[in-house]
Amino acid sequence: MTLYDKIFKPRKLRLADGKVVKEKASRTPLVLLLLVVAAVISVRVTGFDPGTLLRRGHQFFVILGQMFPPNGSYISSIWQPLFDTIKMSLLGSFIGSVLAIPFAIIASTNIIHSRICIGVVRFILSLVRTLPTLVTALIATYMFGLGTTAGTFAIAVFTFAYVGKQLYEQIETVDMGAYEAMEALGSTKLRAFLAAILPQVLPVYLSICLFCFEGNVRYASILGYVGAGGLGLILNEKIGWRDYASVGMILIVLFVTVLLIESISQYIRRRLS
Amino acid sequence: MNRSVFEKYREAPKTWYIKLVLALITAALIAWSSSALKGGAAEGHGWSIAGRIISGIFHPDTELLFDLTKSGVAYLLLETMCIAFLGTLVGAVFSIPLSFLSATNLVPKPIAVVVHGCIMAIRTIPAFVYGLMFIRVTGPGPFAGLMTMSVCSIGMVSKMFTEYIEGLDKRILESLDAAGCNAFQKIRYGIIPQLFPDFMSTIIYRFDMNLRDATVLGLVGAGGIGAPLIFAMSSYRWNEVGAILAGLIVLIFIIEVLSTKIRVKLARGQ
Repeated sequence: MTLYDKIFKPRKLRLADGKVVKEKASRTPLVLLLLVVAAVISVRVTGFDPGTLLRRGHQFFVILGQMFPPNGSYISSIWQPLFDTIKMSLLGSFIGSVLAIPFAIIASTNIIHSRICIGVVRFILSLVRTLPTLVTALIATYMFGLGTTAGTFAIAVFTFAYVGKQLYEQIETVDMGAYEAMEALGSTKLRAFLAAILPQVLPVYLSICLFCFEGNVRYASILGYVGAGGLGLILNEKIGWRDYASVGMILIVLFVTVLLIESISQYIRRRLS
Repeated sequence: MNRSVFEKYREAPKTWYIKLVLALITAALIAWSSSALKGGAAEGHGWSIAGRIISGIFHPDTELLFDLTKSGVAYLLLETMCIAFLGTLVGAVFSIPLSFLSATNLVPKPIAVVVHGCIMAIRTIPAFVYGLMFIRVTGPGPFAGLMTMSVCSIGMVSKMFTEYIEGLDKRILESLDAAGCNAFQKIRYGIIPQLFPDFMSTIIYRFDMNLRDATVLGLVGAGGIGAPLIFAMSSYRWNEVGAILAGLIVLIFIIEVLSTKIRVKLARGQ
């Protein structure tokens, strides 16, 4: 932002030894101004009104109130969709993170030296990442029909893009000394990679995969809404029937499951690092 | 030299059986979950639809794409951006007190655990359930979408905030104490400079995510680009889908590049 410095001249300070140092003018006013303008436009466009929130805020808790007490007898029909959700996210995460490995290797600048290769793979990864998961799931339901296959596909695609990006960033920060030493001793690239880079990257890779899996369990419950199987399916159905006591039960089961999976995975991730 | 290498190898802890058990558990889990891939629609039919989707994406409906009225892609994208922007902002405002209350170095452990549990519960409820709840408050439209987005942001944002607060360097506060600063000065010169860049970085990252997740809001009619996208998809108008997706992808791409740039600057303290 050299233009900014030309308009708002840096302040000159004379030190005790006669040296002159320049202090650049603060950018805060400009950033603040931009933020305020953006906020004003957003309020105009969305019709945001705190008054409405205060006046009608209690309405928010009406549905929440109807969820209690949750319908305990409904639990027997939750298990199957719940396991579907877990299966979908587990398998999707697995497929996605395995597929991500070759792409991540090709996208790291310290392994591959062809800039075209890197550029193409990185572009693919970011293109896939920009596709909203829900849209992927919808497209998948057209391709594979309604059911868990579509959900697994959507989760795999999302995991692929996420793990791919994180992994190539990780590979780029490894210590290349051992790799170069092995190459100098005459081992092939593959062997050098397996022996010198893999041990450095593996714990982080597993940790990224587990983190992604945690998030996917949560995501998988939304995917059912577009017909991709799992908890979202019965959630959508019960909301349609305005049977909020059952919705409450589903949410409680989901909460406990997510809590369990998260604590297990956090424990493993702590051991990994 | 060779002998010492081998000796070191022998001294390494033997963990192969743990690894074997872990690998077996993982394999068993994957095998169990592979039943998720049970057959769906006829494959041939599916692939022809996939082909149509792809051709639709490559031949977007240019009329819709460059339509500047309220039903055009440009306005929908603006609306989505506004929802994501204000949603993130409101969510961050909600998150700040929650995150201070769940930081174990500031409040007693029981309170922190209870607040943490609340945050987890808030995270568990899927976005479209919130959407339905807020439509009761505000009526359908972008306002409901904004509030949904803000509540959905609370989970991740306050979790990150809590981590930063727990990582506060307390020695700075002690030295400010020693220099005779009052509470306000300690907050202004000791706490805010430590937290501000990380907080901003988190908020920008969440904005990026919210923009991606904005399609979810379309499911419940809470404004933004999601609803037209899903309508177009369910009525097989792939050219429209292509136009909307093209706009969305370009927008997300630009925002991602910008947000990464800003976050790198923040992390380096420029």
